[in-house]
Amino acid sequence: MDGAALEREFKALIEADSRIEPRDWMPDEYRKTLVRQISQHAHSEIIGMQPEGNWITRAPSLRRKAILMAKVQDEAGHGLYLYCAAETLGVERAELIDLLNAGKQKYSSIFNYPTLTWADVGAIGWLVDGAAITNQIPLTRCSYGPYARAMVRVCKEESFHQRQGFELLYALSRGTPEQHAMAQDAVDRWWWPSVMMFGPPDGESVHTEQSMAWRIKRFSNDELRQRFVDMTVPQAEMLGLTLPDPQIRWNEDRGHYDFGECDWDELRRVIAGDGPCNRQRLAHHVQAHEEGAWVREAAAAHARKHAATASAAA
Amino acid sequence: MLRLADDCFVLSHRLAEWSSRAPTLEEDVALTNIALDLLGQARRLYEHAARLDGTGRSEDEYVFMRDERDFVNCLLVEQENGDFATTIVRELLFSTYQLGLCGALRESADATLAAVAAKAHTEVTYHVSHARQWTVRLGDGTAESHIRTQTALDALWPYTHELFESDDVTPSLVADGVAAAPAALMPEWSASIGTVLAEATLERPETTWAPSGGRRGLHTERFGYMLAEMQHLHRAHPGARW
Ligand SMILES: [Fe+2]
Ligand SMILES: [Fe+2]
Repeated sequence: MDGAALEREFKALIEADSRIEPRDWMPDEYRKTLVRQISQHAHSEIIGMQPEGNWITRAPSLRRKAILMAKVQDEAGHGLYLYCAAETLGVERAELIDLLNAGKQKYSSIFNYPTLTWADVGAIGWLVDGAAITNQIPLTRCSYGPYARAMVRVCKEESFHQRQGFELLYALSRGTPEQHAMAQDAVDRWWWPSVMMFGPPDGESVHTEQSMAWRIKRFSNDELRQRFVDMTVPQAEMLGLTLPDPQIRWNEDRGHYDFGECDWDELRRVIAGDGPCNRQRLAHHVQAHEEGAWVREAAAAHARKHAATASAAA
Repeated sequence: MLRLADDCFVLSHRLAEWSSRAPTLEEDVALTNIALDLLGQARRLYEHAARLDGTGRSEDEYVFMRDERDFVNCLLVEQENGDFATTIVRELLFSTYQLGLCGALRESADATLAAVAAKAHTEVTYHVSHARQWTVRLGDGTAESHIRTQTALDALWPYTHELFESDDVTPSLVADGVAAAPAALMPEWSASIGTVLAEATLERPETTWAPSGGRRGLHTERFGYMLAEMQHLHRAHPGARW
C-alpha cells in the first residue's frame, strides 16, 4: 500500500471510532503526540507520589497510613502501565525517564505545590484525583488502544482515591476546630491549582485542535474544567468547606456553575519551572534514580551471568 | 505478642520510608507491598494484644501513645534503611526468622494467634523469596554490589543474636504452648541463610558482638527520631479522630 492509501485507512479507522493498535500504520505526528502525552502522563503519576508520600511517615492513624501507602503505590502502578503503553509506540521507559530527569519532558504542574499539612493529603485525593478523573474518563475512549485500555484500569483506582480524599476531609471538617481549619486551609491552597490542571483556556491551548481531530482528546480544556467545577461545588457543600472563589454561583440559564478567572500567569510560571517545588521534585527523582543505578546494574550483570551459565549448561 | 506486633510495625514503617525512592518502579511497588503486609499483621496483633492485656487499647494507642521505652521490637528491624543492600539484607535476616516463627505459631494453643500466624506465613513466604532473590542478584552481581551487600551483612549480623534470645517470660509461654522457643528456631534459620549466602557468594560474618535490649525497651538512638516523626501529628491533637 502506498502512503496515501495508508493515510486514508488510518483516517477511516479514526472516523469509525475504531482503535488504532501498535501494529497499525499511523502518521508520525500522531505517534509523536501520543508519546509526548503518554509519557507526560506517566511522569505525572511518578512525580505525584512525592507530595503525598511526604506524609506516609506521619499519618495520624494506622488506618489512614495503610490507605495512603496503598494509594501512593497505586500511582506507581499507574506509572508502570503508562510507560508500558508508551513502549508500544517504540520508545523505552529508560529513555523517557532520562528525558524527564533532563527536564526535557514535563509532568503535571499540580505536583509542584507543597503538602504542608495532613489535610493536604485529603485535598489532593479529593481535588487532584477528582480533576484527574475528569480528564481521564474521556481518555478511556481515546483512539489509541493501549492508552485507552490503561486508562480504564487507572480510572477505577482514581475514583477510589477521590472518595478516600473526600472522606479524609470529611473527618477533619467534622472534627475539632483545629482539624476543620486545617481542612479549610488545604482547600484554599489546592483549589485554584486544581482548576488549572485542565491547562490553559481553549483559545491558548496549542495541541487541542489536532488532538481532537485524532480523537485522542474528546473535550476541550474549558469543557472539562466546567465539568470538574460542576461536580465539585456540591461536594464542597457536603464537606462543609468553602471554595476560595467568591464568583462561584449556579447559573440557571447555562445549567452550570459560573466561576472566576484563574491566574494564568501563575500557571505559566509553574509550567516554566518556577513553582514552589519544581526543583525539589525533580531533584528528588534524579537522586533516587542515580542512587538506584548500581542496583539496576547489578541485576543486569546477574541476569547476564545467569543466561551465560544456562546456555553453557544446555 | 506485643514483641511480634512491634517488630512488624517498625519494619513496616522503615520499608514505607522507601516510597518514591526505590531503584526501580517495580521495587517501589514491591517494598510497599511488603510494608503493607507487615502493617496488616501488626494491626491484627495489636488488636489481639489489647484483648489479652485487658486494656482494650486501640491500635493507634499502642503505636502513637507509647514512648521508646515501651516498644519491645528487636533492634534489627529499627535499623535505618541505608542503601538498598542494607534494606534487602535486613529483610532477609528478619523475614527468614519471621517465617520460622509464623510456622511454629500456626500450632499455637492461642487460636487467634495461630490464625494470624497462618495468614502471615503465606505473606512472609513471599517476603523471604523477594529478599533471597535480591540477595543473590546483589551478592553475585557487580563488584560494587557485592561489596555493598557484604558490608550490609557485616553491619546487621550482630543484631540477629537477639532474635533467638529468651528471657523470664518466654519459658512459661512456651510451656503453655502459646509461644515458640526462640532458640529452637535458630538451626533452620541458620541453614536457610547459609544456602542463600553461598549462592550469593557472600561470607557469613564472624562476630562476637551481640547487641540486645530491644525486648526490654532499650533501643538504638535513631529509634527516637523515628517515633518523633511518626507520633507528632497524632499527639498534637489529643483525642481527635482522623
Ligand atoms: Fe494515578
Ligand atoms: Fe490517584
